[in-house]
Amino acid sequence: MDYNFYLSTMWSVLKALPLTLEIWFFGIAFGLVIATGLTWLRASGSKFGEYFTRAYVFVFRGSPLLVQLYLVYFGLSQFDFVRHSPILWPILRDPMYCTIVAMALNTAAYESEIFRGALRAVPVGQIEAAKAFGMSAFTRFRIVALPIALRLALPAYSTEIILMTKATALASVVTIMEMMGTAQKIQHDTFRPIEVLTCAGVIYLLLNLSIARLFAWVEYLLSPHLRPPPEQSQQIKPVPEVL
Amino acid sequence: MDFLNSLKDQLSTAYELLAAGWGSQLLWGIGWTLAVTVVSMMIGAMLGSLVAAAKLSHRGGLRFIGESYTTVFRGEPELLVIYLFYYGGTQILTGVARSTGSIGSTDILNMPSFLGGVLAVGIISGAYQAEVFRGSFLAIHRGELEAARAYGMSAWLRFRLVIMPQVLRLAVPGLGNVWQLTIKDSALISVTGVAELMLTANKAARSTHHSLLFYTVAGILYLVMTSISTPIFDKAERYTSRSFLRPK
Repeated sequence: MDYNFYLSTMWSVLKALPLTLEIWFFGIAFGLVIATGLTWLRASGSKFGEYFTRAYVFVFRGSPLLVQLYLVYFGLSQFDFVRHSPILWPILRDPMYCTIVAMALNTAAYESEIFRGALRAVPVGQIEAAKAFGMSAFTRFRIVALPIALRLALPAYSTEIILMTKATALASVVTIMEMMGTAQKIQHDTFRPIEVLTCAGVIYLLLNLSIARLFAWVEYLLSPHLRPPPEQSQQIKPVPEVL
Repeated sequence: MDFLNSLKDQLSTAYELLAAGWGSQLLWGIGWTLAVTVVSMMIGAMLGSLVAAAKLSHRGGLRFIGESYTTVFRGEPELLVIYLFYYGGTQILTGVARSTGSIGSTDILNMPSFLGGVLAVGIISGAYQAEVFRGSFLAIHRGELEAARAYGMSAWLRFRLVIMPQVLRLAVPGLGNVWQLTIKDSALISVTGVAELMLTANKAARSTHHSLLFYTVAGILYLVMTSISTPIFDKAERYTSRSFLRPK
């Protein structure tokens, strides 16, 4: 066992972790914004909104992320107006931004379906009660539907976030030196793929496990109504016989 | 008018390029993609049922192995697993071949790319299928298993007559999801050089400089494949659960 090699590989791959997290964070953040828009469009009840979001979800869930990434990175630059645009071109010529754009567009499709399902799962009685209280539509949404829906969406959302962590590895195929790209470079330099990829794999696994723990903790915090009351869990201790 | 003319030009170039041979290449690519997906699903079904059995086992050791398998292969990036099997396989094959002297000490024996890719995608698919099978097993009514036991059926007979038919029926919708995932994962094995749809589109895009066209065509072909699968799995679901349908 060559511990020094393992340690130095671990360290080199870890140095690329900030870049991976950067792609991950911005992909998720922009994805959330787009998903919110899509959910709103779908829930608004307009025919156009429904057709548009259906088509969007169909396209982005039905094709591989790799195709979407290549389309954004290689495909869009074929349009003259993209290359001459002062706003679009600086974004679309950079592989980093392209990965973030592709990831955000992709995850938004999955997330909008998660949010739609969560909103539909809010019990009708709750909404009716809010109506009976005379709450306006916005108040109803803000203090009744939204908190319940967010809690309901959390488990599926955490799965989607973990899928996004895995998707950041695709950035390596468009020349980004994040963790996967770095691991590949070391692997090509040393021709020891099993050792190098195992090191990278351990880091990815730890990353995903901690994200899963984090979400499990948030879920626990947000569901006090599902926990047993503290009185029940504390047994009354019998008085010791010998004092 | 300008826009319409340029669209017409675009479409005629597209037609020329596809008719010039890229079209048939892409069709072959679909064939390879489907082959990869089908073989991976079969590998995944075998591994998945074993892992599901391990996860449901009473032995702690087996349960631990099953849990680790599904955690690792659902938690790692697919790309990493594919690289591990392709390059790792090459490393092992080269090491073995060099030590037995069948190749020179500087030669490299490559992992067959189809085999490496199919193993990697199959093992990932197996992790997801294990969860599907486990869920279906848990959905079987406890009373039926107890009844089978009370009849004195052996474990094998219980599995064959009571468990397997029901697990297969209950697993159909979940397997449909895994099938879609596996189609999309199969695009990743283009990095190892299997001439499936993604790699063919890549080659076409690089050599003709029409990346927008070929990636769009590839995207549409993937959409066609995933959307054709939906009604097929719906039909399979209706067929396998025909005795459970409510009368209309």
